[in-house]
Amino acid sequence: MADAHKLEIFRGLIKFKSNTQKIWGVLILLTIVTTVEVVLGIIKPAFMMESFLSMKILNWIFIILTIVKAYYITWDFMHMRDETPTLRRVVVWTAIFLICYLMWILIQEAGYIFDTYDQGYIKRDF
Amino acid sequence: MSSTVSATSQNEDWSGGNKPMKASYGKLMMWFFIVSDALTFSGFLAAYGFSRFKFIDSWPIADEVFTHVPFMHGQELPMIYVAFMTFVLIMSSVTMVLAVDAGHHMKQAKVTFYMFLTIIGGLIFVGSQAWEWATFIKGDYGAVKTNGGNIIQFVDADSNKRVALKDFATSIETEREQNLAKNGVWFMSESTLSDYTLDEVIEGFEASPNLLVRTQIIEGTHKTVLSREESLKMLVDNGSYVVEGANLIDNEYGTPLFADFFFFITGFHGFHVFSGVVLNIIIFFNVILGTYQRRGSYEMVEKVGLYWHFVDLVWVFVFTFFYLV
Repeated sequence: MADAHKLEIFRGLIKFKSNTQKIWGVLILLTIVTTVEVVLGIIKPAFMMESFLSMKILNWIFIILTIVKAYYITWDFMHMRDETPTLRRVVVWTAIFLICYLMWILIQEAGYIFDTYDQGYIKRDF
Repeated sequence: MSSTVSATSQNEDWSGGNKPMKASYGKLMMWFFIVSDALTFSGFLAAYGFSRFKFIDSWPIADEVFTHVPFMHGQELPMIYVAFMTFVLIMSSVTMVLAVDAGHHMKQAKVTFYMFLTIIGGLIFVGSQAWEWATFIKGDYGAVKTNGGNIIQFVDADSNKRVALKDFATSIETEREQNLAKNGVWFMSESTLSDYTLDEVIEGFEASPNLLVRTQIIEGTHKTVLSREESLKMLVDNGSYVVEGANLIDNEYGTPLFADFFFFITGFHGFHVFSGVVLNIIIFFNVILGTYQRRGSYEMVEKVGLYWHFVDLVWVFVFTFFYLV
């Protein structure tokens, strides 16, 4: 059990000598990602404020970076990397399917309600 | 009946002690719990997304709301403190993995030390969360709610910076007192009165010609500022009452839902961190007492560790959707 850890991240690009070393490596990665997020959030580069697929590019970057962080927390801190593929799929795909469905249905409806306020006869601007 | 069943592998399968997917019962159940809890949080965050897209052109800008850092009075430092909180939580996640790792090697002293650091990290986070709440509830500039339920804020015409009510509102002698249940009929009472009445704000606004009204509507990356005439008309015609700080009914930052979701999501997460700290303390004492050393396995540390990392995982998402996006 103690030595059963898989010690490589980035598909083997970086290999660590021990589990402890891998933990520190992942911490450095997460810190870098968080710093990038905060810096982008403060300076808000103009070209990232353009809309892409009905959301700002900056927001897409934030969401992708968040998923990257979530991946490393689950895979290395929660040792998902060392579990059997079955357990991994059961946990991850269940969550991903349900969350995607939930998000799609709610955001779709929210857009509809926004349009109703925006183009309909309901007046809120007073 | 059991005597009729032959001692085959089937019997062994059902007699317990098996580890499906090579994970122990406890760990598997912790994963079950984590998946269901993740769905609860995603429910909250998706509902937040719903409300936000519903008011996509008037939602408060997080950078303008969360600008405070303890001991740095009057400075606008958007997101610095939340970034610090995120880092504290990730750091305590790291000490937790280190504790689990030390547990695999049966090093009691190291597990104790790392568990202690994890608890400290958790407490710093919960404390920061409380401070964040207190600042949010207190508010800093104040605003006026209109008859339509919108929030209007005040800015300086030259610098375009927010102006606090206390900097321009006049003082009018009034006999208005807070209606408490003990004063009149027992079923009628009201919340704390604001420091300034609407009349005081209007009079102060009329007396300072370089003040303008800022509405909730977002134009590009900032909120719309009205002209002086429009501002006066908006305030006098539509002003309903003064809002200072935040509660579940209204807040000075914008739509009431913003504060509602802030309280519910960060509150629910803070409650998770709090219970995580309690679990960590229990495990910490068991480690000190040598329970797991005698048991020959530190798996309990691992299971609580899973929960602790999950709390960190959720915060990563809350951080993104509440403070960044």
